[in-house]
Amino acid sequence: MSRTIDRPALVVGLLLLAAAAIVAFDASRQTITSNYGVGPTAMPYVVCAGLVVLGLAHLVVAFKEGLPKPEVADVRALLWIGGGLAGLIACIALGGGFIIATAILFSCTARGFGRDALPADIAIGLVLGSAIYLLFLKLLTLSLPAGPLERLLG
Amino acid sequence: MDTLLSLANGFSVAFEPSKLLFCLIGVFLGTAVGVLPGIGPALTVALLLPVTFKLDPAGSLIMFAGIYYGGMYGGSTTAILLNAPGESASLATALEGSKMAKAGRGGPALATAAIGSFVAGLIATIGLAFLAPWLVELAIKFGPWDYFALMIVAFVTVSATFGDSPLRGLTSLFLGMLLGLVGIDKLTGQARLTFGVPELLNGIEVTTLAVGLFAVGEAFYVASKRWREPEEIIPIKGSLWMTKQDWKRSWAPWLRGTAYGFPIGALPAGGAEVPTFLSYSTEKKLCKYPEEFGKGAIEGVAGPEAANNASAAGTLVPLLTLGLPTSATAAIMLAGFQQYGLNPGPLLFAEKPDLVWGLIASLFVANVMLVILNLPLIGLWVRLLAVPQPWLYAGILVFATMGTLAVNPSPVELGMLFLFGYLGYLMRRYDYPVAPMVVGLILGPMAEAQLRRALQISLGDPMILLENPGSATLLGIAFIALVAPFVMKGLNRFKAAED
Repeated sequence: MSRTIDRPALVVGLLLLAAAAIVAFDASRQTITSNYGVGPTAMPYVVCAGLVVLGLAHLVVAFKEGLPKPEVADVRALLWIGGGLAGLIACIALGGGFIIATAILFSCTARGFGRDALPADIAIGLVLGSAIYLLFLKLLTLSLPAGPLERLLG
Repeated sequence: MDTLLSLANGFSVAFEPSKLLFCLIGVFLGTAVGVLPGIGPALTVALLLPVTFKLDPAGSLIMFAGIYYGGMYGGSTTAILLNAPGESASLATALEGSKMAKAGRGGPALATAAIGSFVAGLIATIGLAFLAPWLVELAIKFGPWDYFALMIVAFVTVSATFGDSPLRGLTSLFLGMLLGLVGIDKLTGQARLTFGVPELLNGIEVTTLAVGLFAVGEAFYVASKRWREPEEIIPIKGSLWMTKQDWKRSWAPWLRGTAYGFPIGALPAGGAEVPTFLSYSTEKKLCKYPEEFGKGAIEGVAGPEAANNASAAGTLVPLLTLGLPTSATAAIMLAGFQQYGLNPGPLLFAEKPDLVWGLIASLFVANVMLVILNLPLIGLWVRLLAVPQPWLYAGILVFATMGTLAVNPSPVELGMLFLFGYLGYLMRRYDYPVAPMVVGLILGPMAEAQLRRALQISLGDPMILLENPGSATLLGIAFIALVAPFVMKGLNRFKAAED
């Protein structure tokens, strides 16, 4: 057996330990404790202990069989979809409204899944977004974030 | 007798036109998502939660239950015609079902799956109707310590006992519990793990986590390995109808499948995979034509399909009577109850009998609708498999973000959705189960509340958990369930060394 270290398992183990440290630090700052039995800090310490055990177990696994080996990922597809989501968040944060945000997400995701027709998909996204916006407004009486296009519709 | 009376009342609710409509929408959506590979009932209910929070609670819950049942029916279609199970509950069906379809017997395979699901759903729903009042009686006597112990059992079985790896299952569970800590502590009003972000004070929304993990995570995952050749749809040849021989070979597996599915679903053991595989191996052993197994034996479709439907009804037993979810879909349905301020459990049976019994009665209605939807309309569902993948997943992501945008359109909430989505992708990639995380987020705070209540009653003495026969037994079961996979693994290794 080779003595290589499984990187993913090592990273997960260290992250779990880090998370445990954050939980413990946060719990130690709690000022009010309970009259009887367990206060607001008990559960965090239980979770913290669990995370420590699991983190250490991952470190052990890293030196043994490691985590299941995944297939090679299509990074470009991931970037397109991630970009679409980031675009949606930016669009909402900047007041671009629901319809444009939906068009961004729809077209980028379709691109990520290998469709090569960005303009057509943007058009579909705009129509889909407008339809959902009107449906929500009229049928469910829920208002989605409004931007310039929504004001035209409303 | 009381049960029959309550059930009759339930039917009067379930037959209201609006409820019938909700039920129809539910089973329709459920079948559709069951058929489509990659999206299951848990995801669909999670997507619909934010959209439905202004609708009638009873109607929405009936719709959610319809989706759950429908997903179990629809999954078999994909498993048989595509050899790509729509969800894990149909893995066993795909083994024989796709062989039958290749041999030109796709029609009878679909028929035995649909009729078997119907038979199992009917029997299991009757089981639910009669078991529930009895469990409610029992649950009234439960103290907070019993509930706490019960939740520990659910934690262990969901994460450690039946998965591939107890380590990865427990990691997923603890991450969920960690997220459950975030927000204001209900007893002392202190903020925990919020780091000064005001959006986190109310805690992490179950829907945000579920939609992120299931929908966004799944989209990332499928896209990341998209160059894999898609599976070919096997066209249905010949008659849909089962021959006399098929009926004769199917009825016993249906009943045996139900007998596995319902109790295992009802126990806090979670999931439909265990009963379906148990049923598959039983049928393989009992079959009069063992040489047909592996080449398309109808028993191998009939049994597991019945088992997975029966287990869906089974998981509703602890959900409705104890408020205890034992599968991902049940966990999301619990969040559905909570969004209307309803807490499943004995109290709900007393306070809102119309709602509970209406829901149970509508399950019968849903079953009848589903068998009609799935036999004559099978061609429609097959066509659904032809939706191009880019549009399918682009649409899923639009719907996924739409829910969050409607309720809480803050960049923080959307950012969390993105983050949980990426986490869901990584978890799928390294084979961590995602369901325990959702269960941990929902049940973690509930378990904490019950434990603190128990310890306040006992004036801080933790021994109350062990002095009480109910909670002591349950904790014992949890301990065994936690240790069992490790012991078995050790035994297996021992055996392997002997060979």
